[in-house]
Amino acid sequence: MFKRILSNDLPRSRPLTLCLLLIIAVLVIEPFLFHSEKATAVAAKVLVFILLAASYDLVLGYTGIVSFAHSVFFGVGAYGIALPAVYVGPSALAMLAGFICACVISALIAFLIGLFSLRVKAIFYAMITLAVAASTQTLVSQMSEITGGEDGVTFNVPAVLSASFEPFHQPIWGIVINGRVITYYLVLLIVLVSFLILLRIVNSPFGRVLQAIRENEFRAEALGFSVVRYRVAGTVISALFATAAGGVLALWLRYVGPDTTLGSEVMLDLLLIVVIGGMGTLYGAVIGAALLVIVQNYLQDLLAIGANLTADVPLLGQLASPDRWSLWLGLLFILCVYYFPSGVVGRLRLRRRSSDVG
Amino acid sequence: MKASDIGGEVRSVRWRTLDFWPCALVLIATAVALPLIGSPSTWLTLTVAGIAAGIIIFIVASGLTLVFGLMDVLNFGHGVFVGSGAYVAAALMTHLATWSRLTWATASAAILISMLTAALAVGVVGWAFERVVIRPVYGEHLKQILVTMGGMIVAEELIKVFWGPQQIPLALPEALRGAFIFPVGEHGAAVERFRLLVIGIGLLVLASLAYVLGRTKLGLLVRAGVLDSEMVEALGYRIRRLFVWVFVAGAALAGAGGALWGFYQQNLVPQIGTQVNVLVFVVIIMGGLGSTFGCFIGALLVGLISNYAGFMAPKLALFSTLGIMVLILLWRPQGLYPVTSNRT
Repeated sequence: MFKRILSNDLPRSRPLTLCLLLIIAVLVIEPFLFHSEKATAVAAKVLVFILLAASYDLVLGYTGIVSFAHSVFFGVGAYGIALPAVYVGPSALAMLAGFICACVISALIAFLIGLFSLRVKAIFYAMITLAVAASTQTLVSQMSEITGGEDGVTFNVPAVLSASFEPFHQPIWGIVINGRVITYYLVLLIVLVSFLILLRIVNSPFGRVLQAIRENEFRAEALGFSVVRYRVAGTVISALFATAAGGVLALWLRYVGPDTTLGSEVMLDLLLIVVIGGMGTLYGAVIGAALLVIVQNYLQDLLAIGANLTADVPLLGQLASPDRWSLWLGLLFILCVYYFPSGVVGRLRLRRRSSDVG
Repeated sequence: MKASDIGGEVRSVRWRTLDFWPCALVLIATAVALPLIGSPSTWLTLTVAGIAAGIIIFIVASGLTLVFGLMDVLNFGHGVFVGSGAYVAAALMTHLATWSRLTWATASAAILISMLTAALAVGVVGWAFERVVIRPVYGEHLKQILVTMGGMIVAEELIKVFWGPQQIPLALPEALRGAFIFPVGEHGAAVERFRLLVIGIGLLVLASLAYVLGRTKLGLLVRAGVLDSEMVEALGYRIRRLFVWVFVAGAALAGAGGALWGFYQQNLVPQIGTQVNVLVFVVIIMGGLGSTFGCFIGALLVGLISNYAGFMAPKLALFSTLGIMVLILLWRPQGLYPVTSNRT
């Protein structure tokens, strides 16, 4: 039964299984565990990035094409939830309608980009997505009457999900169940279900074809699979899940802005998560997201202390400043691609294979 | 038949077989823009600015498209060279401040010197970039894209470390302020002197590039390598070494282009590399990856159309270049001048 839920794609490594179980267990009981708002926020962000990174891995890891516009679909989803809430009001129906519109828009954008670039050369895709991502970010910042510009917009969520909604009089296991806790579990549920669907997709015959194209495009074409069609379909599906991740983020934050959804930092985080976790395996997304988000939120404080110590040294102080966080992430990213291309999951699985032989 | 006759023959054949439609497209774009804009003087100002921008974009993009054509290497970090070139040139200009105050001749010399120094410095950066970042991932597209993009991010952050994250205004040399007035329309069309200078320098770079590529043995090897690198190698030339030189030269050109771009915009932001990168990608896709002439036409189109669109609908300026690229890909999926190579 368990194997069936995971679509026969088991972690295949004991340490990896333990890591995954630990992460999932912590995420499930988190609201009852730490009683801190920051910890819950970090956990929710981990969840959103698990879904986002898993959907990105469908393109990068499984299909083998690089997209820099994944943050655009993420942003479309977030604004799709936020804008109806701002202009129509916090009703679940309006938000759902907005989300469906967002899905249609995302699918259309992904389809068009794919059609134009993938039918010539797969590397066109990387270049065109970069241009689209840059243009979209500028556009959203400029259309400030609608999108709130650089500052973004805050909005109210339906009453059931707001902090003032308290269905029980007594605290349960030490905490008062309010709308925020309900939102957290809604996020968890959506992410979990989406992740399992993605797992099903990559292990379906369709997913196998995508991997075949990644390994050898020419041979896949020779076997009679229309490479363009499969690639476009792959990017559209991935865009849809990214849209879902964006919607979930907006629901949790009750805020959208270009920096949190469309910025190049989001893209860098995403690339790092997928590469560190391991390209071409969805479990890598879980490990990578948990690692990066936690490190980002707690190590940055540490780095700030370091920056205070070195503030008087001219260049070193600049290098260690928390504002230059992307510098270190970028370096880490390059080193990972060179020396650690299979990521954490790849390493753990490799160890198991060699111990099996020995 | 004498050798010079053969040369003439080849040239005339090339002239006759040249595909004129993409070139006509540039003229059509300028012609269509005139009634849309209305006033001829504004149109002239915009057209000159568009050509200037197009020339600079071409100088930046030429190296990238050749590097791709020669060795199938796609460098997403090309903006690194643009950014470093712009900042090095700006730093030099502040040192040459006294020069730029004297006469227009010394001011132009100051600009030329800082541009050339920037090109030299960025050439060295390019050599190091090829060694450290690109060589280890040679032949793997996916890793190339990821690693060079990582290099781009790191370089942008380093610029912020050295020069600060804020926008740096670049004061125009005093001797070069003011504009020429062309007697067009009621008020005449103002074309800034400084922009004319940028166009002049750009044309100089363009001419030398065209000379090297079209009239020297080195250029012949590069063009042959783009068409069929294995064949060039089989004839006894080390394509690998040629590639490194083209890469360094392309980086230097991008540095010079970055310097010009910085002067042209009259302010510097650390994101300059990323901004130009986007335009450059659009241009080389439009021109046909690997084709220098296609890249030139594409750059002119992008420069002109983004200028016209920037005037008519400022918010859509970036999307206008994307739109024109989509139209061109609908017309010619491989770009304006597809390179017929044996590579798939």
